[in-house]
Amino acid sequence: MASVAAPTPGSPDVPTVPLMVRLAQPRILIVLAALTWLPLVAYVMFDASRLVLLPAIPSVLLLWALAMLNWRESTVALIGATLVCFWLLIAVSVPFLPLVDPNQPVQPFVKPFSEARDQFFWLGTDFRGRDMLSRALWGCQRVIVWGVTATATAYVIGTTLGLIAGYLAGWWDELISFIGNVILSFPVMVLFIVILTYFGPSGFNIIVAVTFASAPAIMRIVRGLTLDIKTRDYVFAAQTRGEKPFYIMVVELLPNARGPIIVDACLRLGYTTVAITTLTFLGLGLQPPDPDWGLMIKEAASSALLFQFSYMLLVPALSVSSLILGFNLLADGLREMSLRD
Amino acid sequence: MLPLIGKRLVQMVLIMIVASFVLFLIFDSDEFKKKIAVAELGGFAVSALSDADYQQWLANKGLDVPFFQRYGSWVGGVLTGDFGHSFEKNTDVGPLLWDRLKSTGILAFWVFALMIPLSLVLGVIAGMKEGGKRDRAVSFFAVFTTSIPEIATAILLTVFLALGLGWFPTKSAMTQGFDGWQLVLPVLTLVIYSFGYVTRMTRASMAEVMTSQYIRTAVLKGLPRNRIIMRHALRNALIAPFTVIVLQLNWLLSGVVVVEVFFEYNGFGKMLLEAALFGDIYVVQAATFVAVVVAVMSQIISDIGYTFLNPRIRFS
Repeated sequence: MASVAAPTPGSPDVPTVPLMVRLAQPRILIVLAALTWLPLVAYVMFDASRLVLLPAIPSVLLLWALAMLNWRESTVALIGATLVCFWLLIAVSVPFLPLVDPNQPVQPFVKPFSEARDQFFWLGTDFRGRDMLSRALWGCQRVIVWGVTATATAYVIGTTLGLIAGYLAGWWDELISFIGNVILSFPVMVLFIVILTYFGPSGFNIIVAVTFASAPAIMRIVRGLTLDIKTRDYVFAAQTRGEKPFYIMVVELLPNARGPIIVDACLRLGYTTVAITTLTFLGLGLQPPDPDWGLMIKEAASSALLFQFSYMLLVPALSVSSLILGFNLLADGLREMSLRD
Repeated sequence: MLPLIGKRLVQMVLIMIVASFVLFLIFDSDEFKKKIAVAELGGFAVSALSDADYQQWLANKGLDVPFFQRYGSWVGGVLTGDFGHSFEKNTDVGPLLWDRLKSTGILAFWVFALMIPLSLVLGVIAGMKEGGKRDRAVSFFAVFTTSIPEIATAILLTVFLALGLGWFPTKSAMTQGFDGWQLVLPVLTLVIYSFGYVTRMTRASMAEVMTSQYIRTAVLKGLPRNRIIMRHALRNALIAPFTVIVLQLNWLLSGVVVVEVFFEYNGFGKMLLEAALFGDIYVVQAATFVAVVVAVMSQIISDIGYTFLNPRIRFS
């Protein structure tokens, strides 16, 4: 991964404008990601009209094309990117697809690839007669939106704390590290369960729970990276110039710690997706009736324990596995490429 | 070494004090008290209850005691080995916890008994020749299995092995006493999910050892390949996986929740989830207590083992 050039030592005043410009290094990627993510957030969290999703569709396709062009050296990363982009594309385009309403009961227990009431069901219907294909495709939207938002929030908080603990050291480090150790000594599930039973299950509280559970781990990684980068000459140069700690943390340290952080973020997106699905399965996550993979598993696990109806369990299980496999392969490929450079 | 262990233990006690205090603070809140009331009396009965009656109910349950007094008496109880009383199960927490830990212990024993040999053998085979065909096959397989979440693995195993082939029972509630067959699917699920990580660590460690000078010397001396791997490489390659395996203990305690709930196995994880949903504070406290002890102990064991296996490391 290309590192950002440090400002030349000796230049007396570095203008403040490049700060944001430099943070947005691969600018096209950030623009495309924002174009995909913001409409999804608006659509899922704030019930915006489905038209907001229109710009997201070409941007997902472009993201995929860029990934295909730039990561040709790693087949693993290509497979991962394709899987992730496939589900992203489904997430942004599902309101436009010719599908049955996912909450509309038609006829219960229709087998896959069969017809009922003049409708053809590719994946059959569930025990309430709702179309499985439609539910599986709609289900990815909530997982992706809440998962990505929760991971991003955890990253903002974890990275900030990690930079402070690593760069300022002293009491800041002691305090932040101790709180982090306390939280990390809980098993993750205990933490999730306690937080979600206390605040009540909802998408927003999943963000809180994921932030609590992952921010300390992210903090540790960023702190370690900061401790390493802190000793480089360009940091000393900036200190000698008399830059403020905030400037050094954001402009000198953060961009140079970017590579490992991005790889870890891909892995953590996978964990968060698992966590959200699992929590929903346990009855602590997103609430019915809207389709969601974890919810589909939960409902089917109690009502479909016969081999002929096992498609109700297999469809959501395979969907969530393919998305997580995508994230993990992407992380693996990126790590492989960053090691090669 | 001793000062390090001492420091870790002091840290553990500190963490326990903070954690138990915070948990108590959360579960002492009015919402959770109400939750217990709703779970016990039913939602309708609670809403019909007059304020005085509700206070009376709280007093009967011992929930009206002021926070610090309640916390203090709980801490005193724990120090004398009394973990309190479960609201939901109406038993003492101590025996309940012991019973559930034993069940999860059986599960964990089999998971480790299968996972350790499997992952070490695969990891060594993959790491012997980095970038080779076998290496790539094992690496991909390892990423693949760890990418499938436990819940999906549990489903796939249930659908094919239990519903399709009918080899194993679908649930593991063990209502008719202990039954080894019912243990197979939960154990397999946990093994499939966890072996990939250890395999990859073993592979990385083995691959690193194989590029070291002394292995090259052994090769140049003309020693047979088997002997190089068995006598020279393995010993050093197995140091890193050891610590990872011990730390898996910690992961298992939270990973076990989903599996136990899905297979209805009465273990630690299921107890924890039920207690948290019920607001059963003393059970949650006891479970957290165990979890923190396991987390810190596995850390200490892995540190000690690391120094023991690798004399070059000295803690200062």
